[in-house]
Amino acid sequence: MPGKAADKHRKGQGRPSGGRAGPPRVLRAAPKKRDDDVSTEAGDVADAGAGGKALVKPPDQLELTEAELKEEITRVLKADNPHAPQNIVRYSYKERAYKQISHVNQMAIHFSYNGNLIPKDSDEGRRQSMKSTTGAEKAPAETSAETSEETQGKDEESTGDTQAAGEETAEESGAAEVAETAEDEEVPPPKKPEKKLANQFNFTERASRTLNNPLREKACQSEPMPCKDFSSTVNQWEIYDAYVEHIQKMEKEKEKEKSKSQAVKKEEVKKKERKFTSLEFQSNEIAKVSKVAKIMERMVNQNTMDDIIQDFKYFEDESDEYRGQKGTLLPLWKFQYDKAKRFAVTAISWNPKYKDLFAVGYGSYDLMKQSQGMLLLYTMKNPSFPEYIFSSESGIMCLDFHNDYPYLVAVGFYDGNVAIYNLKATSQPSHKSCAKSKHTEPVWQVKWQKNDMDNNLNFFSVSSDGRIVSWTLLQNELVHTDVIKLSVEGTAAQRPEGLQLKTLGCGTSFDFHKKIDYLFLVGTEEGKIYKCSKCYSSQFLDVFEAHHMAVDSVSWNPYHSKVFISCSSDWTVKIWDHTIKTPMFVYDLNSGVGDVAWAPYSSTVFAAVTTDSKAHVFDLSINKYEALCTQLVVSRKKNKITHVQFNPVYPVIIIGDQRGQVICLKLSPNLRKMPKAKKGQEVEKGPEVQIAKLEKLLSLVREPANKTEL
Amino acid sequence: MADTGEGKKEEAEYKRLHTFPLIRHTDMPEEMRVEAMELCVTACEKYATNNESAAKMIKETMDKKFGSSWHVVIGEGFGFEITHEVKNLLYMFFGGSLAVCVWKCS
Repeated sequence: MPGKAADKHRKGQGRPSGGRAGPPRVLRAAPKKRDDDVSTEAGDVADAGAGGKALVKPPDQLELTEAELKEEITRVLKADNPHAPQNIVRYSYKERAYKQISHVNQMAIHFSYNGNLIPKDSDEGRRQSMKSTTGAEKAPAETSAETSEETQGKDEESTGDTQAAGEETAEESGAAEVAETAEDEEVPPPKKPEKKLANQFNFTERASRTLNNPLREKACQSEPMPCKDFSSTVNQWEIYDAYVEHIQKMEKEKEKEKSKSQAVKKEEVKKKERKFTSLEFQSNEIAKVSKVAKIMERMVNQNTMDDIIQDFKYFEDESDEYRGQKGTLLPLWKFQYDKAKRFAVTAISWNPKYKDLFAVGYGSYDLMKQSQGMLLLYTMKNPSFPEYIFSSESGIMCLDFHNDYPYLVAVGFYDGNVAIYNLKATSQPSHKSCAKSKHTEPVWQVKWQKNDMDNNLNFFSVSSDGRIVSWTLLQNELVHTDVIKLSVEGTAAQRPEGLQLKTLGCGTSFDFHKKIDYLFLVGTEEGKIYKCSKCYSSQFLDVFEAHHMAVDSVSWNPYHSKVFISCSSDWTVKIWDHTIKTPMFVYDLNSGVGDVAWAPYSSTVFAAVTTDSKAHVFDLSINKYEALCTQLVVSRKKNKITHVQFNPVYPVIIIGDQRGQVICLKLSPNLRKMPKAKKGQEVEKGPEVQIAKLEKLLSLVREPANKTEL
Repeated sequence: MADTGEGKKEEAEYKRLHTFPLIRHTDMPEEMRVEAMELCVTACEKYATNNESAAKMIKETMDKKFGSSWHVVIGEGFGFEITHEVKNLLYMFFGGSLAVCVWKCS
């Protein structure tokens, strides 16, 4: 506002000159402008001076000489704002370059205030007061209202009218107000005689109103609670009846419980009686009904097979006395299961804890007819139906019970897998080898070992892929380590030079020494028997050129720590001293020998089964040239018997055949003859006697051999 | 005289035998039922002579514990037909002569 700036300037500089002394040229513009509106301060002073009145000087005013006063001081005042920047540069998007901006805003506002008061003698004020007078004729004496140009709003209330007008005008005349503020004080004097208005402070009110937010309703309703009706009547009789009924009920229940608990006690007593021989009560998971059903089944079997049971327990063949050394096998039960009929018995094993329980592995020895397999557990107490049934995808080739955990069965499959079945658990194997670590060929034998140093369960397996693998049972997996690889010596030499194929021997059976932990024997398909140690994975302790065909089974003597037996498809059974490379005894049985087993009660008794379905029982101490008993076990020609096992306690053997049948046979007294007590001498017992017995026989064989060497 | 004496004896015997709470009908969940039953027993024993106070106590406590609008009827003989919210009804006998019906309906 140039006017204001000029005004200020004059106040500071022009006062001393008294305003009288011809105002400078430039200044003149200012008063002129101001005169348009109202009389200004400067104007007043000038008027007073013109009137010749004495000037009232402030005491601290400078005294200037005439010359000084007359001196012209030239000042050029421009409308430019000295503080405004001269070189504003802005980026112009249009021209894409920084450009100096020629137009600079020169306005400087030092103070601005929009008041809500309107001076009475301003145009606006006059207009308003005019309106109010014309609107309400009750106040006709208003001086400021000279002319009533507008004749509107007669019915309206005067105050409301002025307010409304004030609102409008105040906004419109914004520019005027700025000037008005400064001159508020000077307005009243000429109008003092005016009659007081209702609004004695001469202001008008301003107000505004905002929009109210629109309202909206929202509601929801929940589902009512489901309700039911209930009705009844009650009186003393009903209450009495209810109580009496309840008490009677309670009494009845008590009686029942009593009788029940008595029954349970009785059953428990019975159980204890049977516990020694019964496995059934060990498993908690069998439901009550099945338990009862099982008992019933056994009872029925006991009745129907009473004669067999009597035979098993008491029958001793008296005709043995007239047979001399010979003995017989008395067939007892046949264990059959419909679903296992098409399989061959590939493995049998007695449970180490429950002497009546044995496991049978089913599979097939026919290479072309491989299918599924089965694992059945039978008990002699119930020959009609297996106690446990597990089926597997591949044929089972071998199995072994753990000695300390009789519920764990290790199983080897035709497809090279090994698995552990837990009889307590479900029908699936609790552990199974994975495809990565399994054997690549059928597993021919598995055997549990003592727990390792970390007390983990572990077992060994032998397969025709030439590996002997130790499996350790960690929490959820089977970890395998190759113990030995059966490399065939001699074969490499026959091959053309430069072609070094490593052929691996095919292990078919093995047995661990009863006392020397690390020592074990491996029979192979080539007919060799390797004496190995768990400690050396690449070398054998010894090699026996034992057979001309696959070794079907090797087994350490349970008493004599040096002696082992082997059988082969080349019709022979051989007994060895592992320190001597040649066999001690050789028996030709005129047919392939499928399995051989030492008797648990004597160091000199063993049984062998041949493919012509004959079982042979030998007792070396009685006859070291011939079998004491050679008996046809299964009659049909198509059938073959595959495996034989002695029961560890009872004088029975079980023999498996190729049609899924297991036959239990009792050994006649001649086959389990103990040395007769001489008069006045006690019968010696114990392993020492057994060892001595076998040693005596061996010495007979050894000496001539030594002699011939000499 | 002897008969009445015997009758009294029998009654005493009956009262001695039948002090326990006997639930006649309920569809409450186990936990709630036990709590409500115990509450009824406590209330009836506390206000043995004033069924109204007992009912009031049961109602107020049930309101606090399981939300409002419970209703309680206690008496020696009455008939009723009520509408109750499902799983919120207990109808029991207590002390050999009292019937207590507690239900919720809003």
